[in-house]
Amino acid sequence: MMRLPPFARLAPRTLAEAVEMLADQGPGAAVVAGGTDLYPNMKRRQVEHHALVDLRAVEGMRGIREEPGGGISIGATTRLSHLAGSSAVPRALAHAASVIASPQIRNMGTVGGNLCLDTRCSWYNEPEDWRTAVGFCLKAAGDVCRVAPAKSHCWAVASSDLPPVAIALGASVRAVGPGGERTFPVADLYRDDGIDHLALLPGEIVAELLVPPVDGLRVTYRKIRRRGSIDFPELGVAASVRLAPEGICEAATIVLGSVASAPVRCREAEDLLAGRPLTPEVIEEAAAAAAHPAKPQDNTDLSHVYRKWVIPIHVSRALQSLS
Amino acid sequence: MKVSLTVNGARRTVDDAGESETLLQVLRDHLGLTGTKNACEQGECGSCTVYLDGTLVCSCLVLAGQADGAEVTTVEGLSAAGAAAVQEAFVEAGAVQCGFCTPGLVMAAHDLLAHNPDPGDDDIREALAGNLCRCTGYQKIVDAVHRAASPTTTP
Ligand SMILES: Cc1cc2nc3c(=O)[nH]c(=O)nc-3n(C[C@H](O)[C@H](O)[C@H](O)COP(=O)(O)OP(=O)(O)OC[C@H]3O[C@@H](n4cnc5c(N)ncnc54)[C@H](O)[C@@H]3O)c2cc1C
Ligand code: SF4
Ligand code: FES
Ligand code: FES
Repeated sequence: MMRLPPFARLAPRTLAEAVEMLADQGPGAAVVAGGTDLYPNMKRRQVEHHALVDLRAVEGMRGIREEPGGGISIGATTRLSHLAGSSAVPRALAHAASVIASPQIRNMGTVGGNLCLDTRCSWYNEPEDWRTAVGFCLKAAGDVCRVAPAKSHCWAVASSDLPPVAIALGASVRAVGPGGERTFPVADLYRDDGIDHLALLPGEIVAELLVPPVDGLRVTYRKIRRRGSIDFPELGVAASVRLAPEGICEAATIVLGSVASAPVRCREAEDLLAGRPLTPEVIEEAAAAAAHPAKPQDNTDLSHVYRKWVIPIHVSRALQSLS
Repeated sequence: MKVSLTVNGARRTVDDAGESETLLQVLRDHLGLTGTKNACEQGECGSCTVYLDGTLVCSCLVLAGQADGAEVTTVEGLSAAGAAAVQEAFVEAGAVQCGFCTPGLVMAAHDLLAHNPDPGDDDIREALAGNLCRCTGYQKIVDAVHRAASPTTTP
């Protein structure tokens, strides 16, 4: 049996109230939206919270809106199934939402929860009994990393599907906390640390995802996993390019998911594309370089050797689809 | 904690639900509706699938308090909602072995057919991706959904 431990559930009606409740509860409290990540993690006793601030009833936090100045705002409690079926958002973003989990989970899971998803590791996402038998690890109650014991670092993997494509789209996040609100690029939401993986300030809540006008930007997302559905990504590849009329690449963004504790930007590959046409040769050169910053560890489904090996193949396919 | 909800059209009240109990526990342990199955309790198997305010969800990940005031339809209420065809198709196609996954699959199949009355194989497999079956190998389940979609044309 996997039962939730006791905790208090608070259900604010406004974002200001939510921020206040979260601050009042102090460290050890958290927000919950769809609960599709947090509740399983709490049931497996990976994380503990004495209080949860449930964002679902917060007014004005759900839904997709076109912004007056162009671009789109996606409220943090917008469900994944809503995003997946939306024709108002860039296709690659809707596609990324549509390949997350299962219909039931997409009906419950939210955009904000996906952006803030806990990092995952095959030594961590296990029931308590299993971890008691095998031994705990740095991320939860232990003193050693089971993946790379030599270092005091956690390599748990950023495994959510939306962040890479949100970064490739140049999207930002608006967060609201006790100190006020701020808007920053999605990439700045993450730190490459499996334990402390979010760069939110204490008590901050993600309010919305802001996607700028696509304006000719070509964007794609590829998800690599064992089965054709339900599985988390073993590799996510998001790419965007802006092509000049003669087919010259003016700017490119390539982001890998599931290879580190944060989404990984492939700057070397991006630089190789800038100012050049997307010919097969240029694409191959960039795709090979895209694998350089990725150091997948042996802590997910599919071996880390395989996950590293297929990066150029999928980056190449992603770029081909944009050329 | 007191939870009042409408289950399969009837008003039900549970006086002593725990704050960290789930809708699945409310349905099975408090209301005795054991058609909704309890397996992984982590969102992975779909055996606990119900409609919550018309949306297909895993009841193991819905808190009791969150279901307060909601309208829930479980597998027990589906035939009343006109879904007997799905259940019959499962029986006729031989899509039931041990039967543990069947209620959840019937719910997911019902939801698919409500949105897409003539699904292809890929649509069916994606719609049922959140429901694990350890017995059948899925083919007969896919057959059953086709049969439910067009009972007269499927052999
Ligand atoms: C079987 C299964 C398969 C899955 N497959 C995938 C997959 O393929 N790809 C994928 O990306 N995910 C997958 N998930 C994970 C998860 O369902 C989704 O990522 C979902 O979008 C999480 O959203 P949520 O609202 O349910 O998050 P919650 O569980 O509510 O929250 C997740 C975390 O984010 C925090 N949080 C939530 N909202 C906010 C906010 N607004 N501001 C600040 N912090 C917040 C919570 O405190 C918590 O730490 C899967 C889950 C399951 C159970
Ligand atoms: S990477 Fe190491 S410390 Fe982090 S969750 Fe896995 S085993 Fe634990
Ligand atoms: S028991 Fe809810 S998904 Fe398995
Ligand atoms: S029939 Fe036994 S699990 Fe599906």
